Amino acid sequence: MTYIVKPKLHHPSLPKNDLGFTRRDYEGRISTLCAGCGHDSISAAIIQACWELSIQPHRLAKISGIGCSSKTPDYFLSQSHGFNSVHGRMPSVLTGANLANRDLIYLGVSGDGDSASIGLGQFAHSIRRGVNMSYIVENNGVYGLTKGQFSATSDKGSKSKKGVENTESGIDLVALALQLGATYVGRSFSGDKDQLVPLIKGAVSHHGPAFLDVISPCVAFNNHAGSTKSFDYVREHNEAVNRLDVILGRAPITTEYRPGELREVTQHDGSVLRLRKLHDDYDPTNRIAAANYLQERHAEGEIVTGLLFVDPDATDLHDRLGTTAQPLNQLGASDLTPGAQALAKINAGLR
Amino acid sequence: MVGHASRRGRALQATDISRPEYFLKVVDCQLACPAHTPVPEYIRLIADGRYTDAYMINWKSNVFPGILGRTCDRPCEPACRRGRVEEEPVAICRLKRVAADNKSDISARLPKAAPKNGKKIACIGAGPASLTVARDLAPLGYEVHVYDADKKAGGMIRSQIPRFRLPEEVIDEEVGYITALGPVMHLERRIDSLKSLLKEGYDAIFVGTGAPRGRDLDLPGRKEAAANIHIGIDWLSNVSFEHTNKIGRRVIVLGGGNTAMDCCRTARRLGGEDVKVIVRSGFEEMKASPWEKEDAIGEDIPILNYLVPKAFIHEGGRLTGMTFEKVKAEKDAKGRRQLVPTGEPDQHFECDDVLVAVGQENAFPWIERDIGMAFDKWDMPVVHQETMQSTIPNVFFGGDAAFGPKNIIWAVAHGHSAAVSIDMFLNDQDIAVRPPPGVTVISQKMGIHEWSYDNDIANDRRYKVPHRDKAQSLKDVKAEVELGFDQGLGFKEAQRCLNCDVQTVFTAKVCIECDACVDICPMDCITFTDDGEEAELRTRLKAPALNLGQDLYVADGLPTGRVMVKDEDVCLHCGLCAERCPTGAWDMQKYLIDITQAGPKCRTR
Ligand SMILES: Cc1cc2nc3c(=O)[nH]c(=O)nc-3n(C[C@H](O)[C@H](O)[C@H](O)COP(=O)(O)OP(=O)(O)OC[C@H]3O[C@@H](n4cnc5c(N)ncnc54)[C@H](O)[C@@H]3O)c2cc1C
Ligand SMILES: Cc1ncc(C[n+]2csc(CCOP(=O)(O)OP(=O)(O)O)c2C)c(N)n1
Ligand code: SF4
Ligand code: SF4
Ligand code: SF4
Ligand SMILES: [Mg+2]
Repeated sequence: MTYIVKPKLHHPSLPKNDLGFTRRDYEGRISTLCAGCGHDSISAAIIQACWELSIQPHRLAKISGIGCSSKTPDYFLSQSHGFNSVHGRMPSVLTGANLANRDLIYLGVSGDGDSASIGLGQFAHSIRRGVNMSYIVENNGVYGLTKGQFSATSDKGSKSKKGVENTESGIDLVALALQLGATYVGRSFSGDKDQLVPLIKGAVSHHGPAFLDVISPCVAFNNHAGSTKSFDYVREHNEAVNRLDVILGRAPITTEYRPGELREVTQHDGSVLRLRKLHDDYDPTNRIAAANYLQERHAEGEIVTGLLFVDPDATDLHDRLGTTAQPLNQLGASDLTPGAQALAKINAGLR
Repeated sequence: MVGHASRRGRALQATDISRPEYFLKVVDCQLACPAHTPVPEYIRLIADGRYTDAYMINWKSNVFPGILGRTCDRPCEPACRRGRVEEEPVAICRLKRVAADNKSDISARLPKAAPKNGKKIACIGAGPASLTVARDLAPLGYEVHVYDADKKAGGMIRSQIPRFRLPEEVIDEEVGYITALGPVMHLERRIDSLKSLLKEGYDAIFVGTGAPRGRDLDLPGRKEAAANIHIGIDWLSNVSFEHTNKIGRRVIVLGGGNTAMDCCRTARRLGGEDVKVIVRSGFEEMKASPWEKEDAIGEDIPILNYLVPKAFIHEGGRLTGMTFEKVKAEKDAKGRRQLVPTGEPDQHFECDDVLVAVGQENAFPWIERDIGMAFDKWDMPVVHQETMQSTIPNVFFGGDAAFGPKNIIWAVAHGHSAAVSIDMFLNDQDIAVRPPPGVTVISQKMGIHEWSYDNDIANDRRYKVPHRDKAQSLKDVKAEVELGFDQGLGFKEAQRCLNCDVQTVFTAKVCIECDACVDICPMDCITFTDDGEEAELRTRLKAPALNLGQDLYVADGLPTGRVMVKDEDVCLHCGLCAERCPTGAWDMQKYLIDITQAGPKCRTR
C-alpha cells in the first residue's frame, strides 16, 4: 500500500474536456491493491474513457460487489455516486437503482468470483432482463481478495501458483452474455488500454445491457508460468478481431483506412462505433456467428478480444416495461402514492 | 545495447545512465549553478535541521555560502524544475542563507594545511575568483601569495555590494575562513607589471583582477558639471569605504543593470528623496534581475524607460538637470530590434546629482603586450573557456578578468577550474583532459513503501523572505533589508524542493509491462511504446515531450519488444512509480554528483 497522497500537480499540457475537467479530475483515492494489479489499469482506463466522454461525474453511479475488483470504484470517479454492495449482488442493486432513477449512467464493476461464482445467477438475470448498464468483470481467474483460490472462470488445465491444476471447466462469461441477450459484448485485456478505453466508451454510450470481460492479471496469485491469465499468456494468445473508435455525433473520418477495412455501426442515439477490422469476415452484428467464432478460437487456445457483438437497435428494461420516463425522485407525491382509489382500480383490473 | 528496430523508423539509442552527465542534467539547479553545487542535498539537510552540514556542502562548492545566500545571481532558480510544475522555483538562494545563519562553529571542519610542496602561486586581486584559487590550493601545500590594491580582501564583494544587502561581518567571516588557511596576503599592493611578477619565480600566476573600470557618458555638459556626475561603481566603493555619506535630494541614475539598482537604493539612504532610474530601452529589456527591480520600485524609485540621455544641463558650473530623447523600439528590415526617435520634444528632468551606471569594462594597463600573451580584438586576453589558461602556459585567468563582468558564482567556478588546471599543470598532467565528477549512488529504498528521503510533494507556494520595516531601512545604509527565513519558514520552503537528485532508475529485465507506473505517475512521464526516432517519439508519449532541453530516458529489452520512455522534464521524483511497481523495476536512487576539485582526485592519470 502506498502511504503518500498522489500529488495534485499535473503535466502542464494536460488537456481539458468539454466540461473543463482534466483527466486527473476523474481520479479517485490512491489504490490499496497490490502494486501491479491489472485492476488498477482498468480503473485508469475507466478514468480515461469517462474523461474523453465528458461525463459529468455526478451523473454516474458505480456499483460493485465484493473482491479486489469490487474495491476499485474507490479508486476512480470520486465525485460520482457509489454503492459497494454484497458479494455477487451488484446486479440486483444496480437493477434497483436503475429502475428508481433511469437518468444516471450505471457502471457495474465486478470480479470473476463475484459474477461467475457466487453471483452467477444475478449476472445472468440482469443481462437477460436488459438493464441499461455497463457491466465490467475484471477477470483474473482467481479470488484475489481471499488469496488466490481458482474462480469459476479459471480455465481447465490452468495451474495455481503452487502448481496445482484446475480440473474443472471454466465459465466463459462472454459466451454466456451473448446467449443471455446482452446487446453489446466485448472482451479486452488490462494491459492494452488502446483497445480497452474505446470499448468502455462504447459500452457507456450504448443503450442496453453492455458487458465487458476484461482479463486482468493478478500479480500476487495468478501471474506465473502455467496460468492462462498471466500477462505473458494473454499477450501471446490474444487475438483481436477489431479495433474500435467511438464517435459521438457525426465527426468526419480523419484517419485513412484501406478499402473494406472500416466498418461503421450507427446506434439509434446517433453515436457511431467505427471498427477497424482485423479479421476480414468477422461481423460484429451477428450474434450467432460471434458465438461460433468464439467457440472455435477457444478450442484453438486463443483469447478473442475486441467488440464481439453489438445490436445497434438495442432496447432496455425500461423500454420493455413501459415505465415512467421520469426518475422516481422527480415524481410528485400524488404520482408516487396515487391513493386508495387508484389501487382499487388496479386491483379491479386484475380480477 | 542495441535498440529494437521498428516499423516507425530507426531506433533511438537506449540511454546510458552510467554517464554522470545524464543524471546531472536532471538536477536542473545543480547543472545551472556554475559551481554545480549539490542543491537538493543541502536543501534536504536544511529540512532536517542539519544547518552546519548544509553549510559545509555549500562551502565546498561555492566557497561563500553566507555571501551568496544574500547576493547570488541565482542562475539555479530559473532552471529549477519546480518552476515548470507550478508557478515559482524553490527559493534556493535564500535557503543557502538559512544554512549560513543557523550553522554552528565550523572551524574544526575546515581543511588542514598539508606540508608545503615547494611550489609557489601568485594570485592577483583578492576578489572571489582569487580567493577560491587560494582556498583550493593552500590546503594542498602550495605557498599562495595574494596581492590586492585594496586594504581588505574581498574584491567587489566588499567594495561594491551595498551593506544593506550584505553586512560586512558576513564578508569578514567568509573571507576569514580562507585567509586562515595560510595564504600570504599582500594587501594595499597593486601589481603594476606582470612582466616583473613573472620574474619573481612563481610556478603559476592567477589573474583575478576583475573588471574595475566603470563606463562614462561623454555628453555635452559632462566636464562642466563634473562635480555632480559620478561613475556608479566608483561612487559605490566610496560609500562602502565611507568616503562618501551623502548625495543631493534629486538624483538621476542612468543604466538598467544591477549596479544601477544598487546606486539608486544607496542614494535613497544617503539623502536622495527624489531618486529615479532612467533607461534607454524598455523596462523588460533591463539587465537587472527582476527581484532587484522589484526592491528598487518598492523603495519609491520610479524606473523611466525609452529615454536616451542627450545632455547634462548646468548653470554656473552646477548641474541642474538632464535632457533625454524619447525613443521607441521598432524592428528593422532584418527583424532586429532598434530604438528610433519618436519625434516628440526632448524631455528634461531636474536633478542635483547623476550616477552613471551604464556598464563596466576590463582594463589591463599593467600587463605588458610584449611578454607573449595574446589579446583578442576587444583587447581582452585570450583565455581558454574550460582550463582558464592564457597563452602563457603558467598564467591563468578567472572571474570578471577572464571574460568580462559576470558575478560572484561565476568567479568562484572559474577559480575552481583554474585551481584544478594549476594543480594538474604543476603535476605534469594534461590540463585539457578535465577530471570527471565523482558519483555516489545510494538506493533510497528502506521498506516496501518507505524511502530514506521525503517523497511526499508539498503543495506550498514559494515563501517570501521577510524584510525590515521600510522607513527604518531607508534611514541606515548599513541596515540589512532582508531578514532571512527563520528556521520555520526555511523548513517549509525546503519542503518545496522536488529532490531532483533522487533518480528514477529503470531495470528493463524485471519489468512485466503491467502499466502500474504509467497509471500512477501524476505527471504522465512514463510511456511504453514502439521504438522510434526521438523527434517522432516525443510526439506520441503519454504527454507530449515538448521541452527539448530535457532528455528522454529510453530503455529497451522489454518482453514485448517495446521501449520504456520516460520524459525527465516534469518528473516530481515522488517515487510513486517505484512504489507501485510490483517487481522493483523502478528504484529511487540518489546520485550525488561531486565536481572534482584540485587535489589528488584530479591527477589520477
Ligand atoms: C555594484 C555592483 C554590485 C554587484 N552585485 C553583485 C551581486 O549582488 N551578486 C553577484 O554575484 N555579483 C555582483 N556583482 C559582481 C561581482 O561583484 C563580481 O562579478 C565579482 O566580484 C568578480 O570577482 P573577481 O574575483 O573576478 O574580481 P573582483 O571582485 O572585481 O576583485 C578584483 C580585485 O582585484 C583587485 N585588483 C585589480 N587590479 C589589481 C592589480 N593590478 N593589482 C592588485 N590588485 C588588483 C581589485 O582591487 C579587487 O579587489 C556586483 C558588481 C557591482 C559592480
Ligand atoms: C457472501 C460472501 N461469501 C464469501 C466471501 C469471501 N470473499 C470475499 S472476496 C471473494 C472472492 C472475490 O473474487 P473476485 O470477484 O474474482 O474478485 P478479485 O478479488 O479476484 O478481484 C470471496 C469468496 C464474502 N465476502 N462474502
Ligand atoms: S526542485 Fe529542488 S532539486 Fe529540483 S531543480 Fe528545484 S531546487 Fe533543484
Ligand atoms: S517519480 Fe515516478 S511517478 Fe513520480 S513523477 Fe517521476 S516518473 Fe512519475
Ligand atoms: S510498474 Fe514496474 S513492472 Fe509494471 S510496467 Fe512499470 S516498471 Fe514495469
Ligand atoms: Mg478474481
